[in-house]
Amino acid sequence: MGDLSIKQLRCHHIGPVDLDVAAGQCVSFAGPSGAGKSILLKAIIDLIPNNGEVSFDVQSRKHMRASQWRKQVGLLPAESFWWCNRVGQHFPELNEQQLDWFAQLGFDKQVLDWEVSRCSTGERQRLALLRLLCHGPKALLLDEPTANLDTTSTEKVEQIVIAYMKAQQCPVIWVSHDRSQNKRIASQHYVLEQDGQLQRVAA
Amino acid sequence: MNVIPLSAFDLSVAAGLVVLLAILSMAMQLGLGKQIIIAAVRTTVQLMLIGLVLKTLFDRAHMAWVILLAIVMLSVAGYEVMARQRRSFGGWWGYGLGTLSMFISSFTIAVFVLIAVINVEPWYTPQYAIPLLGMMLGNTMTGVALSLDRLTSGAWEKRGIIEAQLILGYEWRPAVSEIVRESVRVGLMPMINSMAAAGIVSLPGMMTGQILGGSPPMEAVKYQILIMFMIAAGTGFASMGATWLGARHLFDERQRLRLDRLKEGRA
Repeated sequence: MGDLSIKQLRCHHIGPVDLDVAAGQCVSFAGPSGAGKSILLKAIIDLIPNNGEVSFDVQSRKHMRASQWRKQVGLLPAESFWWCNRVGQHFPELNEQQLDWFAQLGFDKQVLDWEVSRCSTGERQRLALLRLLCHGPKALLLDEPTANLDTTSTEKVEQIVIAYMKAQQCPVIWVSHDRSQNKRIASQHYVLEQDGQLQRVAA
Repeated sequence: MNVIPLSAFDLSVAAGLVVLLAILSMAMQLGLGKQIIIAAVRTTVQLMLIGLVLKTLFDRAHMAWVILLAIVMLSVAGYEVMARQRRSFGGWWGYGLGTLSMFISSFTIAVFVLIAVINVEPWYTPQYAIPLLGMMLGNTMTGVALSLDRLTSGAWEKRGIIEAQLILGYEWRPAVSEIVRESVRVGLMPMINSMAAAGIVSLPGMMTGQILGGSPPMEAVKYQILIMFMIAAGTGFASMGATWLGARHLFDERQRLRLDRLKEGRA
């Protein structure tokens, strides 16, 4: 539970970005391809060199180990990568609630024994979201989480994320090109322009 | 028994074989013809030079000269390690990484063996020190180059996988551990293979040389065993050290994967 606060964040051509996302609030990012939305998200979790001040729950990231910071502020990258053969090897011990998320996204427990290489792109995308949520982040940065999904799966993903956001009271940044989706899930909307400036826009 | 001296004619016959190989590889368009000739010329010139240097050095054994030669050998080995990588670290790291780990392992082991095992007086007697160090460096260099090459190209190819783990809040060490293990394994394999095959498949060069030079076979064999153990330990420690240092330098203080620290090599 806490706010995500970004001050004077700069990375490559992007910024300075100032943004506050309150606990339990979802904001959407849109913008032309190549404007650097993914780079901005990676800069927030300190995965690439950047300048600026980012804090969560009034604790600045510079006062904690980078790994600790990334555990709190969870990023779902646009492309998912898997380092073990089987799906289950990427997950911690699962509780009832988490198995329920699997069910909502159309997976039964068997999925943990599946080989990653045999999963479709859409399956991997949904599994990557589950993997992130099962690691228990306290803020969510989602980079086009429904880009390869059909309408039904998209709705399910939206529901799970919104439920997680409400239950954990966590701030969420959702990157999407789908304007109707942004309207459904987010309360504030931003566009990252080609020149690297983040502008607030009306829905 | 004395060694039968080789004449310049004898060597040019052998050189003819290499030229034949170069011509054949040009005909097959392997793109190696020029490299083979250059390498062969380098072998000839370098060995002739070292022959002269050793002759002078043996005549007046002085510690400073032995150490100077050792440093020259190490510097060249360090350069070779860097040049053999497809992607090496930029700046001083690229050179220093391999050189430092070879220095620590090869020099320590060579001096240790000279003092504690062979017990030669003084320990820097060039007839012992230079060949021992040369054999150590030659093999260690291969091991370190293989390990670092695997490490850097592994990190490059698997950046997505490494970053996916960092994103979930893993430390850099577990995120890169599989690549580190693989890199050390690759560096050690040639040495393990040559220990396993020694005497059955291959007669090691040093032992063969001693036997050709008239030493009793059992003495030559004992020295060869000693050398094999030294090389195994030296290669192993240097590969581990270089890989560990290299893996560390792939990440910065905020545990970011910094592939921008690598530059394209020529190899």
